Amino acid sequence: MDGMLLAATEVVGKLGESNQEHLLWARELQAMSFIFHIPLVAFGIAFPAIVVFMEGLYLRTGQPHYRALAKRWSKVMIILFAVGVVTGTILSFEFGLLWPDFMATWGEVFGLAFGLEGFSFFVEAIFIAIYVYGWDRIPPRQHILLGIPIVITGITGSLTVIAVNGWMNHPVGFDLNAAGEVINVRPWEALFNSFFWHELTHMYIAGYMVCAFIVAGVYAVAWLRGDRSDYVRAGLVVPLTIACLAAPVQVVVGDWAGRTVAEDQPVKLATFEGLPKTTKGAPFHILGWYDKSTQEVKWAIEIPDLLSILAYHDPDATVQGLDSVPADDQPGPINLVRYAFQTMIGIGTLLAAMGLFYAAVWWRRRRLPRSKWFFRLAVAAGPLALIAMIAGWVTTEVGRQPWVVYQLMRVDNAVTDAGGLPIAFFVALAIYASLTATVVWLLRRLARHPPDVEVPESLEAT
Amino acid sequence: MAEVCLALAILGVTAYSVLGGADLGGGFWDLTAGGDRRGGRVRGLIQWSMSPVWEANHVWLIFVLVILWTAFPLFFGSMMSTLYVPLFGAAFGIILRGTAFAVRGQAATIREARGFGAVFAASSVLVPFCLGAALGGIASGRVPVGNALGAPFESWINPTSIMVGVLAVVTGAYIAAVYLAADAVRAGVPDLVDAFRRRALGAGVVAGAIAIGGLFVLRSDARDLFDGLTSGGGLVFVALSAAFGIATLALVWTRRFALARWTAAGAVGCIAIGWAFAQSPYLLPGELTLDAAAAPDATLTALLISVGVGVLVLVPSLLYLYRLVLRGTLDQRFEALDQRFRPLTTDDHPEGS
Ligand code: HDD
Ligand code: HEM
Ligand code: HEM
Repeated sequence: MDGMLLAATEVVGKLGESNQEHLLWARELQAMSFIFHIPLVAFGIAFPAIVVFMEGLYLRTGQPHYRALAKRWSKVMIILFAVGVVTGTILSFEFGLLWPDFMATWGEVFGLAFGLEGFSFFVEAIFIAIYVYGWDRIPPRQHILLGIPIVITGITGSLTVIAVNGWMNHPVGFDLNAAGEVINVRPWEALFNSFFWHELTHMYIAGYMVCAFIVAGVYAVAWLRGDRSDYVRAGLVVPLTIACLAAPVQVVVGDWAGRTVAEDQPVKLATFEGLPKTTKGAPFHILGWYDKSTQEVKWAIEIPDLLSILAYHDPDATVQGLDSVPADDQPGPINLVRYAFQTMIGIGTLLAAMGLFYAAVWWRRRRLPRSKWFFRLAVAAGPLALIAMIAGWVTTEVGRQPWVVYQLMRVDNAVTDAGGLPIAFFVALAIYASLTATVVWLLRRLARHPPDVEVPESLEAT
Repeated sequence: MAEVCLALAILGVTAYSVLGGADLGGGFWDLTAGGDRRGGRVRGLIQWSMSPVWEANHVWLIFVLVILWTAFPLFFGSMMSTLYVPLFGAAFGIILRGTAFAVRGQAATIREARGFGAVFAASSVLVPFCLGAALGGIASGRVPVGNALGAPFESWINPTSIMVGVLAVVTGAYIAAVYLAADAVRAGVPDLVDAFRRRALGAGVVAGAIAIGGLFVLRSDARDLFDGLTSGGGLVFVALSAAFGIATLALVWTRRFALARWTAAGAVGCIAIGWAFAQSPYLLPGELTLDAAAAPDATLTALLISVGVGVLVLVPSLLYLYRLVLRGTLDQRFEALDQRFRPLTTDDHPEGS
């Protein structure tokens, strides 16, 4: 069934009522942990393919700088993978620690996805170790083949997690009885829900943009300083090309995401804009501030009909407003969602324009752009893409509020009844802050080492 | 089918205790290795042997969590919400440990290495203690069904929990010593083989003593569990576990470390199975039976299918990895941890290599 569940039957959690006074801290803790995990995910999705591509270039051309880049990147990749493992382990814990009733009630419906995820990470861990420690020890043709399982598992691992998130937005694969209990569970159906496809595609392209722009940015800095060595050139051009191709596609996929939201989660769509009432030919307000008391967006640039166009590709289409559900069922922080959404769109449009420009220059002149500004933008593009990705997730997650399972279970029924959540939050904050500091420090140190272009086995330091 | 899923969870717990335990135990020996100079070689070996698998063994922990929340969601929710203090502790310890270990590998000065090493080692002790204490809370019937209905502290600060927590730390140390002794053979550092053999024997004896003493703790603190462990299936597996434990000591004594890894795993596995027998039919003693906790059949079937497919991919991959590891293809050069930071001396390479 793809329609809306307007008359929501709420599900009674199996663990009973919760009286958590610190719900907000639980959410913030969850959000913070995701925000630390997600950049690593982008690298997990895209980096293996980029590294293997580089190694392939080496095998085809025999030029050592390709190999040096692939080897250097693979070392960064294994570090990021391991940080992904630890931050991901924390997330698994937090699911139970913060949202026990969500897990107790729905684990049987969506848990399967995580089972598949676990195996892919397992296989990924094995091959990533072989790949990175196998440079110089395994014959080149065999070595590159060992990269393939990493590429595949990098994809399958996050695939299933996204399926769960899609399911939370569009819960299917079970029935409810009159008492509001979950019966007739169909786990495979839950996995392939209708939010899964656009979230998956959108996130994968996001992963490529984030990873490739960040890697390219490192070499764009050297380029701006005047370094035109083969090493820097290859390190810049390969990821930059990938990212610039991905950026325009992302706009199209984002549009698909928007239309799916309009259909299945009209209230979320209304929140993107701050649309109080169901409107025919709904406008879109850029910037500004949604005022709850007057129910209008103030100080904004209004573009008539744009929301209808975005949602239905039709300027006269009717868009449901926030008032189509009771106030209790509307997301609280409307401006947070609005700004997150607009940040994503703004950055997405900018980066897509950049990608088209790059492609056009290449098409017409067969060379890189010459403007310094282009390369300055290339340096900034990585962080911008990362911001867009996080903003996109904030849009999705906060826009789903107050539901943890859309229209079936509220966040306040899912949360733990345990005490001490603010303490947990601040401990986690301290740990994550020091984690970030050390990772940055470590990557800078790696970047400072001279490139090991041709390192004989006996001299190689580990 | 619920039984099969429980068996998978037990398998995961065993694998994590042995493989993850060996990693965590490595941290214990790092902590107790002594000053920079004296402990440098020991730490170097720990770094050498852990680097290729760095933190990957947590996948077993994930596996257990996933099985539990998919197959026994009600149990999972009740347990996580009551035992939140030690479990948050374990989670935070895992982050600190993983990061500190990685960073130490990149440290440029001995002071940096020392600082990160301390965090790494301390959190390596914290994690198994917290996890063990949580298990103790479940086994001694201190976790009720419901959202955080158990006592936030007494559920894991109690005789059984403390005993299991300490046992987890010591067992990890023991297994780690066995592994490291075997790795020292491969790395070609005979003095460290001896050092870890001594440590393995010491830790093995202590672990055995705690296990025996632990039975008395259980007798007064968790009588039902004690009765279960000392009768029927429980007793069989406790006895098997003891036999494996003694065999492991004998193998370490006679320097057959590779074989000793397997018997050590057997000892841990048998205790886990014995525990399951002692508790049956309950998952949460006195509160929730296995059947009541189990997810519907459709879910269990799907889970088992996916595990089956996963295993088909995983097993060949693992075999390939072990072949490469045993052939030494992935080995790095051994160096004492403090060596990078001072001039070479003769005792860094006693063989004169
Ligand atoms: C590099 C990152 C990036 C970029 C440039 C864009 N997005 Fe995005 N967006 C994401 C990264 C992202 C994301 C983080 O990956 C999200 C969060 C959940 C999801 O499935 O994708 C997302 C979600 C998301 C959603 C909500 C989907 C849902 O709730 O299920 C919509 C409607 C859009 N995006 C629309 C767009 C449009 C129209 C863009 C073009 C201008 C755009 N996004 C660019
Ligand atoms: C990776 C990027 C993600 C980010 C940045 C993110 C962000 C957030 C944020 C900001 C919240 C808090 C919502 C609020 O306070 O209003 C939240 C809640 C939550 N998210 Fe996500 N999320 C991400 C992905 C996922 C995925 C993939 C899943 C599921 C598999 C998920 C499951 C949850 C759950 C269970 C909650 C708690 C309940 C709730 O507040 O609705 N999230 N997330
Ligand atoms: C709901 C929240 C999430 C949970 C519970 C979670 C869980 C985990 C776990 C447990 C790991 C460690 C792997 C292991 O050792 O087995 C991990 C790593 C990873 N996760 Fe997540 N994850 C979440 C969100 C996401 C999202 C939203 C994505 C992708 C869109 C994702 C993709 C990955 C990837 C690719 C890795 C591997 C690390 C790497 O390759 O860098 N995860 N995650």
